[in-house]
Amino acid sequence: MPVLEQPSEVLQQFRRGDLNAFEELFRVHQGEVYGWISRIVRDPAAAEDLTLETFWRVHRAHARFDPAQSFGPWVRRIATNAALDHLRKARPETSLPDNLPSPALPDPSISEDLRHKTARAFGRLPPKLRIAATLALIEEQPYNEIAEALGISTGAVKLRVFRALRLLRKALKRQGIEP
Amino acid sequence: MKENNLERVEQLLKKSLRPSIAGSGPELRRDLWPAMLKRLEARPPALPWFDWALLVAVAAWLAFYPGAIPVLLYHL
Repeated sequence: MPVLEQPSEVLQQFRRGDLNAFEELFRVHQGEVYGWISRIVRDPAAAEDLTLETFWRVHRAHARFDPAQSFGPWVRRIATNAALDHLRKARPETSLPDNLPSPALPDPSISEDLRHKTARAFGRLPPKLRIAATLALIEEQPYNEIAEALGISTGAVKLRVFRALRLLRKALKRQGIEP
Repeated sequence: MKENNLERVEQLLKKSLRPSIAGSGPELRRDLWPAMLKRLEARPPALPWFDWALLVAVAAWLAFYPGAIPVLLYHL
């Protein structure tokens, strides 16, 4: 996600609670925030709601924003937390709808049943691990960007991805699937 | 051996879940600002907890040291 920078004057006004400055920031960043959340929750309708929730939190926290810092990464971190809260609340069976429009056709090398079982087992992993694995392995986002969004080190992201794969392997094994 | 095994799990996962649209990712199809404005009007921002804590601390301080009230008023 490219980081768009605003003039510091707009950021100062936003910090003071100016609604016009907030609107300007909202209009510039709404698409990126929606895209980032979509990658995590994989559901366009939920991503729209969470984009609004993110900016609601941003608006509430305006006084805590440091105008010397970049606005984009700050918002992305809030968006990631909102998406994480959503995944925690969602039932595991319904938390990975994979409703995104995609040009990719299903991979013919695996059966529909195996694909379904893998997706379901993945959807039952702890949300913290699932977010890291989704962004790193499926969406192929850079580790440093994931780390920044999650507020952890790149080493910690790699560890979460590793743990996610290990838990997924265990879950698949329990279903008699030997990857 | 175990690492190879995890690589196979990774491949299986990648084949099972498609990435979102390549490039800039999923695109927003409508402007969300009108919905945002509605939400802002419906839910005025609450005072953060630390503001309440500060208010309580000041009130307690003034209750114990009423002589500080003129000093506070002078500085306001």
